[in-house]
Amino acid sequence: MDSPPSPSHDVVRNPVSDLDRTPYAVLRLGPDGAPVGLNARAARLLAVDAGPATVPGWLAEAHRGLSSADGEGDGYAGPVGDRHLEARPMPERDGTVAWWLLDVTDRVRADRELQLERERAAVLAQVSTALLSALNVDRCLELIARTAADHLAEAVVVIASAKGRRYTLALAGRGGPVTLDEQTLDPAQLPGLAEALAGFPPPTPRWIVPGDLPDWALAAGPHAPVRSVSVMPLPGHGESSGALVLLRTAARTAFGPAEEVFVRSFAVRAGAALSSARTFAEQAEISTVLTRDLLPPVLGPLDGVEYAGAYRSAQDADQVGGDFYDVHPGAGDGDETFVVLGDVAGKGLEAAVLTGRIRSTLLALLPFTGDHGRVLDLLNQSVLLSRHHRFATLVLASVRRGPDGVTLRMTSAGHPPPLVVRVDGSVEEVPTHGTAVGVVDEISSRTAGVVLAPGETCLLYTDGVTEARGGPFGDEFFGEARLAKVLAECGGMTPHAVVERVQVVVGEWVGGGRHDDIATVAVGAPRVHGAPAAPSGDGP
Amino acid sequence: MSRPALDTLRDDLWRAVADGDEAAALELVREARGSVADAETLLVAVVADLQGRIGAAWAEDRLSVAQEHAATAINDRVVTLLSTPETGGAAPPRRGRVVVACVEGEWHALPARLVAGVLRLRGWHVDFLGAQTTTRHLVNHLHRTTADTVLLSSSLPTRLPAAHAAISACHAVGTSVLAGGAAFGPDGRYAGRLGADAWAPGAREAADVLATGVETSASGATRHPVDDLPHLADQEYTLVVRARPRLIKQTLADLSDRHPAVRRDDDEQRERTAETLAHIVDFLAAALYVDDSDVFTGFLTWSADILTARRVPALSLLPALDSLGEQLHDFPRARRLLGDGAAGLTHHTRA
Repeated sequence: MDSPPSPSHDVVRNPVSDLDRTPYAVLRLGPDGAPVGLNARAARLLAVDAGPATVPGWLAEAHRGLSSADGEGDGYAGPVGDRHLEARPMPERDGTVAWWLLDVTDRVRADRELQLERERAAVLAQVSTALLSALNVDRCLELIARTAADHLAEAVVVIASAKGRRYTLALAGRGGPVTLDEQTLDPAQLPGLAEALAGFPPPTPRWIVPGDLPDWALAAGPHAPVRSVSVMPLPGHGESSGALVLLRTAARTAFGPAEEVFVRSFAVRAGAALSSARTFAEQAEISTVLTRDLLPPVLGPLDGVEYAGAYRSAQDADQVGGDFYDVHPGAGDGDETFVVLGDVAGKGLEAAVLTGRIRSTLLALLPFTGDHGRVLDLLNQSVLLSRHHRFATLVLASVRRGPDGVTLRMTSAGHPPPLVVRVDGSVEEVPTHGTAVGVVDEISSRTAGVVLAPGETCLLYTDGVTEARGGPFGDEFFGEARLAKVLAECGGMTPHAVVERVQVVVGEWVGGGRHDDIATVAVGAPRVHGAPAAPSGDGP
Repeated sequence: MSRPALDTLRDDLWRAVADGDEAAALELVREARGSVADAETLLVAVVADLQGRIGAAWAEDRLSVAQEHAATAINDRVVTLLSTPETGGAAPPRRGRVVVACVEGEWHALPARLVAGVLRLRGWHVDFLGAQTTTRHLVNHLHRTTADTVLLSSSLPTRLPAAHAAISACHAVGTSVLAGGAAFGPDGRYAGRLGADAWAPGAREAADVLATGVETSASGATRHPVDDLPHLADQEYTLVVRARPRLIKQTLADLSDRHPAVRRDDDEQRERTAETLAHIVDFLAAALYVDDSDVFTGFLTWSADILTARRVPALSLLPALDSLGEQLHDFPRARRLLGDGAAGLTHHTRA
């Protein structure tokens, strides 16, 4: 048992030994809130050496609250010096209250640490999710800069190498917007930056006292003088993704152990995301370049004849597929324009690559387009010889504007015959047929002639139109009959409006369902202005 | 600019467009630019008005579908002409980059084209992705380019579920969305319900909102789309969409059984009826999705006007609603929508 403290406290009126037998610190307060006694533990806790004990404000208030509320309570807690105490009241018969005081400093500290850790985990989880979906390099840099500025330092710069000595910078100050900038800079201006950007030798994150900060770093807009700087590498897949420069204006500089783990986890996630975004951008660039020539051309008026085309790929996210069309102007004045629309067996990029071969073969065969049969024969040989040969169907058209309208020579090679829309809305099938290319050695075909009067249109289409499944009952083919019915409403319309109308009707027929590649090309004889758009309609 | 000059231009342009005379329409606009009004005013006050007249003329059966298409195609060319900043004029201030796209399944591109035009005139770098932009294509585009905001256009309320998917996808990749078009309601209320960051009733308003900056809540990637619309938990939307072909077939059969006139229809008339039923089911599904009976009732009263203009009694829609109500007896929300719709239709027709 502790020996009683020296009775030097003038407030002590009760036997001190009573209090000193309790295993907790006890402070007894009178009805007026004045201290009337305390034991040795309490004296130590409240740091009472001599003179009267000072009652902490929060405890005095709790005490007043007790007498007015007339009852026991709990949840009284507050700081005393650098310690944290919990207080529990024990009212005595004489009107005083013995406050039992518990030192909970360690628990509070642990709670605070846990809370902080939870917040960090939440930040990491949130930023990881966001980074996972940020496949755009700029977005990714922005996200990294914003998160770092909110949680790691008052101002930050994220640096990623662009080209040569050019770097992309994302700058952010706490609470401010993120700005992106590209500039030439010398990594040697900031100690550790060259290593962080090279990813070698493995840099260790440490805080340095800044010498002269380069201008680009100050552009991040720290609101107060920078007291310390840290350069963190952002590790990528097999190379450095970039570097994160943290600028702190606060006095506290070093990372605590928990903070260091947090910063490192953040850097690893940010680096990996940045690396993925880079890889995606490179792949996207490659596929854009490679598929550029496979995209359907934009059509317009040519030699007094109007052309329009529309394309919808089976894979809606792709822009290319197994259907194709081209319009090649004649070599000289008065020469025929050569139009081709076709369909290679298969879908997607692989089919698109084959359409590219067929399209360039046809380009080489342009001098022979006076004889469609010969063009098809040569194309057939070429496709049969090709290493990955697949069969293809196509329609060829040679178009010329003459005094009586637009004349077309058309040849189908295993393809649905083109349809002609007359001004009065009647729809005719062009009587041409022939063998698909890439199937047999000997092929045959029949060429047919068509004349379009002003306002009339000829539609070339792939079977993606007629074999589109959908409609009110969900699984019906669109079919030739419905296509003819749609075209019957298109009398006098421009080719542009005709292909759009067909795309819309077929699109609505398919709804959200799956479909094949859908391609249409319309060739039209321009209308004479002032002629009625559709004599059958009662226009306003 | 003067009001009478604008009115004259509207009338002249309407005649040229209704007549299908593209060259005349383009010439009128070329002359009017600068002398009657600036390009932005022409876009907003003349072209938008023209498109409204085209739609109204079609609804009143004064324009065939084909004529409507032809007129719209010409109007498209007019917008393209007006959207290019005038050579020699003062260059507009350079602003950020935005994407303008129509929701998947939305084929009406003109409103979006108008917005793109006004934004270009005001100095924005606009990527116009056009009609019927699939969400995958849109997101791919956002990965490849850094756009501040996506302006998402939709005219048809049946595209609202697709619009929701697009909005969520844009948020997931950290891009904000400004929604516009008739689909989002006259006051834009569905835009907010589907999580769009902003809404604008027209092209000019969209440009104004954009100028102040459209920010998205950063939590996009961690948010689940269903959080926006808790009522979807009852699965009514999903089940109605899945049962669409069956609902249409059964309703058609019920109509034949109960109404001798329908039984005598030829194949083409039956197909047209089936198409009308498909629209009814689609709008019902959209109304279930956003949980708002105005979507469904609004469609029915609009259809009533279309039918009346074509001398078909509008109340002929009621038996179809009855049949759907019987088939969907276990779907309280759908039954309420059908009830509200029938009441609204009756009231509208009698009024």
